[in-house]
Amino acid sequence: MTDTAAPETSEETPATAAPAPRREPLGRRIAGFFSRSVVNLLMLIVALLWVIPSLGLFITSFRSVGDSGSSGWWTVLTEPSQLTLKNYVDLLSNSTITSSLWNTVLIVVPTTILVVLIGALAAYAFAWLHFPGRDWLLVGVIVLLAVPLQVALIPVARMFGWLGIFGSIPGVIAFHIAFGLPFAIFLLRNFFSQIPHEVLEAARVDGASEWRIFSRVVLPLGGPAIASLAIFQFLWTWNDLLIGLIFTNAESQPITVAIQSQLRQFGSNIDVLSTGAFVSMVIPLIVFFAFQRYFVQALLAGSNK
Amino acid sequence: MTATVDQPQAAPVREDGESLSSRTRRREALIATGFIMPALVLLGALVVYPMIYTFIRSFYNAKGDEFIGWDNYVTMFTSDTTFTAIRNNIIWVIVAPFTCTVIGLVFAVLLDKIRWSTAFKLIIFMPMAISMLAAGVIFRGMFQEDPNLGVVNAAIVATKSVFSDTSAYPGAKPRPDLGLTVDGGIIATDAEVATGSTIDFPLVGIRADSLGEDPTQAAPASGAGNDEITGTVWLDFVRGGGGTAGTIDDSEAGLPGVRVDAVAPDGTIAGSAQTEDDGTFSITGLDPGQSYRVALPAANFSEGATGVPWLSATFITAVVILSYVWIWAGFAMVMIASGMSAMDRTLLEAARVDGANEWKVFTKITVPLLSPVLVVVFVTLIINVLKIFDLVYVIPPGNAKPAANVIAVEMWTVSFGGGNDQGLGSALAILLLVMVLPFMIINVRRFRQERAS
Repeated sequence: MTDTAAPETSEETPATAAPAPRREPLGRRIAGFFSRSVVNLLMLIVALLWVIPSLGLFITSFRSVGDSGSSGWWTVLTEPSQLTLKNYVDLLSNSTITSSLWNTVLIVVPTTILVVLIGALAAYAFAWLHFPGRDWLLVGVIVLLAVPLQVALIPVARMFGWLGIFGSIPGVIAFHIAFGLPFAIFLLRNFFSQIPHEVLEAARVDGASEWRIFSRVVLPLGGPAIASLAIFQFLWTWNDLLIGLIFTNAESQPITVAIQSQLRQFGSNIDVLSTGAFVSMVIPLIVFFAFQRYFVQALLAGSNK
Repeated sequence: MTATVDQPQAAPVREDGESLSSRTRRREALIATGFIMPALVLLGALVVYPMIYTFIRSFYNAKGDEFIGWDNYVTMFTSDTTFTAIRNNIIWVIVAPFTCTVIGLVFAVLLDKIRWSTAFKLIIFMPMAISMLAAGVIFRGMFQEDPNLGVVNAAIVATKSVFSDTSAYPGAKPRPDLGLTVDGGIIATDAEVATGSTIDFPLVGIRADSLGEDPTQAAPASGAGNDEITGTVWLDFVRGGGGTAGTIDDSEAGLPGVRVDAVAPDGTIAGSAQTEDDGTFSITGLDPGQSYRVALPAANFSEGATGVPWLSATFITAVVILSYVWIWAGFAMVMIASGMSAMDRTLLEAARVDGANEWKVFTKITVPLLSPVLVVVFVTLIINVLKIFDLVYVIPPGNAKPAANVIAVEMWTVSFGGGNDQGLGSALAILLLVMVLPFMIINVRRFRQERAS
């Protein structure tokens, strides 16, 4: 950079190169002000661009099908009278949607609890117990982290058909758990293995059983990691489409599957689509905003899924 | 990690000095088995066994009763639909992770310079919480072609009408029976025109207000050189009547700013020109002796600006990738920002004091220091992108689905969505697994290195 005259770039002319050091502070301050406002403006535009998509969906969900078919959602800014709650009233009286929303809850809650529980048990063994083949099994878990679930769809669908649980909620839950476990074990093992050795040894010397140590010492200490995993698994399962698409039927389908079946007529179904999509987003968004710290930690700790 | 838990199984009977008897060891192993059994059973039955099954299944035919060797894999690379899917997957893997990482990096660096960084982070990161289905519905709506409905085209049209000049002539038609036809909005000569000749475009159907206050009288074009085609584009209409169709009469106005193309027989545009105020044009630099069709492109006459067909085959993959970036740039940003907060800031300050500008600090110090995080983000995104399904399943409307296809969607279509060929479906799943393999190995190596250190 040689163009020291431009305010944005004069920031880099430090004491070594400045012929008039007395004017420096003012110059730098002006430069700083300009570059800061440029950055601020830029980031503001970016933030706006990022918000507009969700905002558009949100507003669309409060407009009638007729309005959505003839003008864009932004016309609401000039004619707010278009806004109506009708779509939501319709949606809540639409039994397909409400029952699918309930199905989502029935799938997500057991999945999250079981992934955390089964994952924590295994993670504890991997972190603190000695057994033959432990390290190879752990490498196996790392490998499974990246396995695309597509490789299991066909055989598991057959297997579930054979077991009579194809199309049922327990089947979906089992599949979700299996593909949630590698990440759960990986994340929790990393965390459990950082628990100070002395804490566990003390408990062992006191004669506590491994189960007792696990449930009374490790689980409470692992609270933050377990919260991270639970949030992550919750969002992951709630937002799933593919597994639901394959392993559920009309009675057991989660909300994502119910909404996607309306996609064929995008224009005429825009009321169900926008409202349904927004309803399906509400719970994840609440969970996200309430616990985003834990969610970020899960991503930081794992970042393989 | 404490040293005691870190002994490789190479020495299973090693004594720790704690003098554990082999019985206690066996007891511990038994307890451990109890702890990991539920996970192992589930992983074995629903992940590992199916993997093997799928691998074997991929060598059998659609019904699964006949061994057909590599046939499914051959089909995969020779059938148009699957090959498009594979090609698109490769485009995805090249474009999406890189874009997300770069955007995430830029955001993470700029975060430092604003006071409202927490709010910014939340805004960019928020799409991570919603389903790809919802994101798909959002993007499908945003990119609708009709500028009255899709916000993207609405913005483009609004920008266009601010910047475009007044030289558009919506609704213009040629005088009939004079050797000119309209095809798809393009006004062109029926016959080819040899270089050195003059071709006139008498147009009608133009609103008077699109000519401006004081239109210039149309003029006949001067004679053409042997590498030129010249002519006049004018409004062949005299207000109040009179005049002869196809000839330039008094008080007929020239149409300035119309683009005129000379189209070679192979369809390429060999030369083009803009009309002057009096409507004359001269396309130069053509091959002497060659004949061209002379055309006025549709852009001259379209009814105002129209929307870009984002959801058509041409743009669909770009749009779907964009929706992916909208979701995952936040992930990259958060990961990189946390890497930066762990970074040694004194180095940056030192470099700044030494006179390095921000760009140098960024490229020579920030990026190299962040490279481990960048690799993690990049690899994670690649693994994720390879099996992309939801967005591609949701966003493209029916007619653009084949063009947007990716392996995971094709795998679903072929095995569950009506294709009824689980042999080919298995082969596609195995292809996904093979594509993920190198990144799996990277993960295992990274894991081993972290343990070793």
